[in-house]
Amino acid sequence: MFAYCADPRTLEGLAWLSCYLSSGTHLLFYASFGTVLLLLALTAPVSLALGFLGALAARSGFAPLRWLGKTYAAVVRGVPDVIFFLFVPIALDQGIEWLRSRVYCDPSVPVRQGNEFVVCAAAKMPLGTAPGWVHDFYGIALAVVAFSIVFGAFATNVLYGAMQAVPRAQLETAEAYGMTPRQIDRRILIPQMWSYALPGLSNLWMILIKATPLLFLLGVEDIVYWARELGGTKTTTFAYPHGDWRVWYFLALLVFYLLMTWVSQRAIDRLSARLSRGQATLAGEAMRKAGVAA
Amino acid sequence: MKNLLIAAAALALSAGATLAEPLRMGTEGAYPPYNFVNEKGEVDGFEIELGNELCKRIGAECTWVRNDWDSIIPNLVNSNYDTIMAGMNITDERKKSIAFSDEYTPPPPSAYLALAPDADISGVVAAQTSTIQASYVAESGATLIEFATGEEAIAAVRNGEAEAVFADRDFLVPFERDSDDLVWVEGQDRVVVGEGLGIGMRQSDTELKARFDKAIAEMKADGSLDALITKWLGDESMTFAAQAEAKAEAGN
Amino acid sequence: MSAAAECLQTIADYGLRSIGIGERLLPRSDFTLCQQVTLIGSGMIWNLYFGVLALAAGFVLANGLALAKASPRRWLRRPAEGFIFVFRGSPLFIQFFLAYSALVLLPREGLSIFGLTLPTGWMARAWAGALLVLTLNTAAYSAEIFHGALRNVPKGDLEAADAFGLTGWARFRRIVWPTMMRLAWPAYTNEAIFLFHATTLVFFSGFPAFRQEGDSLYYASYLADKTFNPFVAYPIAAGYFILLTLCLIWLFGVVNQRLNRHLPGQARRLRYRPNIIR
Repeated sequence: MFAYCADPRTLEGLAWLSCYLSSGTHLLFYASFGTVLLLLALTAPVSLALGFLGALAARSGFAPLRWLGKTYAAVVRGVPDVIFFLFVPIALDQGIEWLRSRVYCDPSVPVRQGNEFVVCAAAKMPLGTAPGWVHDFYGIALAVVAFSIVFGAFATNVLYGAMQAVPRAQLETAEAYGMTPRQIDRRILIPQMWSYALPGLSNLWMILIKATPLLFLLGVEDIVYWARELGGTKTTTFAYPHGDWRVWYFLALLVFYLLMTWVSQRAIDRLSARLSRGQATLAGEAMRKAGVAA
Repeated sequence: MKNLLIAAAALALSAGATLAEPLRMGTEGAYPPYNFVNEKGEVDGFEIELGNELCKRIGAECTWVRNDWDSIIPNLVNSNYDTIMAGMNITDERKKSIAFSDEYTPPPPSAYLALAPDADISGVVAAQTSTIQASYVAESGATLIEFATGEEAIAAVRNGEAEAVFADRDFLVPFERDSDDLVWVEGQDRVVVGEGLGIGMRQSDTELKARFDKAIAEMKADGSLDALITKWLGDESMTFAAQAEAKAEAGN
Repeated sequence: MSAAAECLQTIADYGLRSIGIGERLLPRSDFTLCQQVTLIGSGMIWNLYFGVLALAAGFVLANGLALAKASPRRWLRRPAEGFIFVFRGSPLFIQFFLAYSALVLLPREGLSIFGLTLPTGWMARAWAGALLVLTLNTAAYSAEIFHGALRNVPKGDLEAADAFGLTGWARFRRIVWPTMMRLAWPAYTNEAIFLFHATTLVFFSGFPAFRQEGDSLYYASYLADKTFNPFVAYPIAAGYFILLTLCLIWLFGVVNQRLNRHLPGQARRLRYRPNIIR
């Protein structure tokens, strides 16, 4: 990075540290924080959408759809999320390649040969010729799907509860006005649901933040991977030899996560104050009395 | 339209010129000096240099993929990459699930490293998960304690969790050399448990195996493989030339 | 040998494998379904061990923390708030890693306090170190639940206690605490389920497995790696956990009934809402 870093063996003290912290591996470490934020940015809307569909399914008048919605939420809730994170990416990867192999390869060749899972080159996902970043991106995409399935089930629970919490009288009034079920959903149920859903959803956001280190188990090179890699003892084979520094790297990660949750909590508090405005709830009433609503 | 045709022809030509097939090479990146991530953030080491040379000789275009050691065979079998070069010893157990090229190092000695030369190697011994050394320790009757990486296994000896660590000697050498606390266990610094390191491949890739075998045989014959071994693993490390000499002597 | 007899033999060999009883070496190839179910089930012993002990110890600690957080005294309140913030604000996974790498730094010779030498080596072992982290973690989450319940104890209850002349410890033990538990119980049920699920992380974080003795997920991932097939081992582990979750809901429902036995009608039944309140 810096010009004086050319020969790290001659450096000492702060100069050594500045070179060490700006080495190529450390830049990758810093970039991996971006991976975590990317995962958060992608997973949150996808699982919210999944949760929305799940909640609507669970409220549906069509029984099989209702069972599907409720079973999905219950099964994911009853099983540790780690099992899903270990299972879903492999299952999905093999599933996609199996489907593609039925289209692009000779269908008479089985994909399972002994204990090997083999598909022809044209069915590989991504293709063997694809550049490295496509493979990396595909790995992250699988991770996003795994996270979204788990958090979508959680969101189903939250949104279902919130939809049930909207006062019955409101919906009945809408019916009395002659609105169709779809109109009631769009104009009455969904707008009012949010303030009931917010506490649950903000909890969910916090849990999602705290689940991101599990990316490490999915084989994505995230901050935990680099903290372990960089913190370990480095012999003189390496340019910057040092002892076992893992505890310091993990301490840095701890501080990062505490900051993330602290900032999130502040933002959620402000948002909930805004959403309570004018609502016929205890919080809204308190605000009205205090004159904040104006 | 004409332009398009020319462009298509040019594309076809250039594709013909670089017929190099893409090959994804899996490695761990945490086993210096065999394979590791250098300060630039690139994979480096004995196997990386050797692998690149072999790829050149078989006319393939190789990219390296890092994968955690404990899932390195499953991900090969699931076709996430095509080869493994990660300090992996050829063993009968592994041969049941994957194929190996001919060995590209002589059988590498393993060694016990501990805080005292008289450490009790029937006590708690650390090793990396699913290595031949881990199997060896489990079968030896000692208490095996497993770690995801070799480096963590060494750390366990330093902090007193394990009496000794059992791993490839060439991997341990830099740790022994750099530190003032770690020493070889008396009489246990050259235990041969493997058959040599080989390139792991899917059993269905027989054609690829034949090409790698041929390239490895070439590199053994012209001495370039021995040169790489000496460069990365040190003068003490066994080369193919030295192995042949020893065999010839034993024959006399 | 018939398949059933063979399976019984497998159960005898591997049923207690996770705590070091039975076959010393794990099976390496030709895995049967019976072996998979037995090994993963044997690993559940560890999940139960971590879950039950952390829940019990965490419960006691959480009560203290909740009271400290509700205390008007700053020197009591602030540390409790800080503790809860750190453990609720960071991922358990990172806490495991950090705890392991910190615990191994304890001096090898042991700590000497007042001339006594306390050995420290066992602290970095999973059975002690991971249990400690899980206890502190669940204590922080439960304390937050209890604290919320404490603030919602009805004013009327306290006024009635005053009218009866109950004060101090007697008032707390007979009036405040039972009501607090009653209010907190549904959320605490959830926390217990989360805790049991969290025990699967132990052997995937820094803590190493001794003699290949690990929890259910450790064996599930061992088997999935060795058979190259995730579609058998992971669903088995998931099945065990669904059973465990159902047992927990039932058990906590029984306690809830006892807590609410003086109330009429509906309140007796635990309205378990599988929300994620953690």
